Amino acid sequence: MNGVQHALELDTRTSLLDALREHLQLTGTKKGCDHGQCGACTVIVDGRRINACLTLAVMHDGDSVTTVEGLGSPDDMHAMQAAFVKHDGYQCGYCTPGQICSAVAVLDEIKAGIPSHVTQDLTAPVQVSEIELRERMSGNICRCGAYSNIVEAITEIARRPA
Amino acid sequence: MKAFTYERARTPAEAAAAARVEGAKFIAGGTNLLDLMKLQIEAPAHLIDINGLGLDTIEETEEGGLRVGALVRNTDLAADQRVRRDYGVLSRALLAGASGQLRNKATTAGNLLQRTRCPYFYDTNQPCNKREPGSGCSALGGFSRQHAVVGGSDACIATHPSDMAVAMRALDVTVETVRPDGKTRSIPIADFHKLPGDTPHIETALERGELITAVILPKPVGGKQIYRKVRDRASYAFALVSVAAIVQPDGTGRVAVGGVAHKPWRIEAAEADLPKGAKSVAAALFADARPTEQNQFKLTLAERSIGAVLAEAKG
Repeated sequence: MNGVQHALELDTRTSLLDALREHLQLTGTKKGCDHGQCGACTVIVDGRRINACLTLAVMHDGDSVTTVEGLGSPDDMHAMQAAFVKHDGYQCGYCTPGQICSAVAVLDEIKAGIPSHVTQDLTAPVQVSEIELRERMSGNICRCGAYSNIVEAITEIARRPA
Repeated sequence: MKAFTYERARTPAEAAAAARVEGAKFIAGGTNLLDLMKLQIEAPAHLIDINGLGLDTIEETEEGGLRVGALVRNTDLAADQRVRRDYGVLSRALLAGASGQLRNKATTAGNLLQRTRCPYFYDTNQPCNKREPGSGCSALGGFSRQHAVVGGSDACIATHPSDMAVAMRALDVTVETVRPDGKTRSIPIADFHKLPGDTPHIETALERGELITAVILPKPVGGKQIYRKVRDRASYAFALVSVAAIVQPDGTGRVAVGGVAHKPWRIEAAEADLPKGAKSVAAALFADARPTEQNQFKLTLAERSIGAVLAEAKG
């Protein structure tokens, strides 16, 4: 978990999300709908973003999980976190950890050449664009409607030379 | 969620044998099963985790097609270069479904086995023949805008929610399985999903404990491959109507329609009318349609969607 190994004994029913929040006190990851509809619980497992609410903790024995706490800290923010602050990519902030984990993974997916529903040519390299980012972030709902600023924050990081 | 026991299977045969037990279920991506378990619509007594079985590669077959392992994730199937080049309709259908997070978890086999999103199936306070056989259908006479317009019955008018399966029906894939006794078989996709009839709780041809091991894509058929999905939101929503089409330069081809029936809806005989246009094709596809007042718009929508797809194929 964020680079630290933990040994947990859990009820088989425990979701990865509940394991994070209730057993490891990693409460950065949020429980929104608990049914895979809102994306607030998005974490990165072995390099890929998933909904932590729709997977059992027991199915992740030995996996490497990154939560928002693993991306950065208040004193040492991840570039994506800093961009969300700069562009005001939130209002209440509840969906933000999920948005940020998702955004970081989205840029990796584009880099890896994974196409999306709005990719025009399936056989050409994938380009970063506003419409690509909006489509790829559609599994993260923001009730405050900060979408425009979220897109601006992600765009800034996507365009920044590595 | 009801309590359950849990084991990790090491081989497909071992998994199938373990699933003989009453109340046992396989779990792979888990994105649909766990959702339903939280609502106690599914309440397996025993879960067999099949993620360790391998079955996660895409290999070329001797016939010139692809063998897609049951556990290949939707993201990986959609992004595979061979699929993008030769089976574009499948890539497009996968990318039109769910969200990035869900596609990273959801598997090829699991996608085929998705349960309906009929709101009455999900509402445990309402009768539903699929959830509780014999209790009645709340959708008939209820809110039925999203429901089936063809192939339904007096017991059920639910639709199959998968986009991937609609493309696979157009591609005529085969589903490979292993049974608890170790025997394997191949099921053509046309026979895989069932119409509801009097037994809407029986959704596929699978027997108890039978495990999907792979989906076989036949040799590429070329043509323009298009998946058009019409939904209430631009992204992350189930189809009202979707069309998977493979159109050849001479105007012949194949069309399967999603969002309209309990299974991907394809009638091969209707495809003879493709060169005549959408109106003829839709008339043949939906000759036996029995829409409700609330969902009859789907017939017009399907015809126009087929028309749009045919126009795109020409362009």
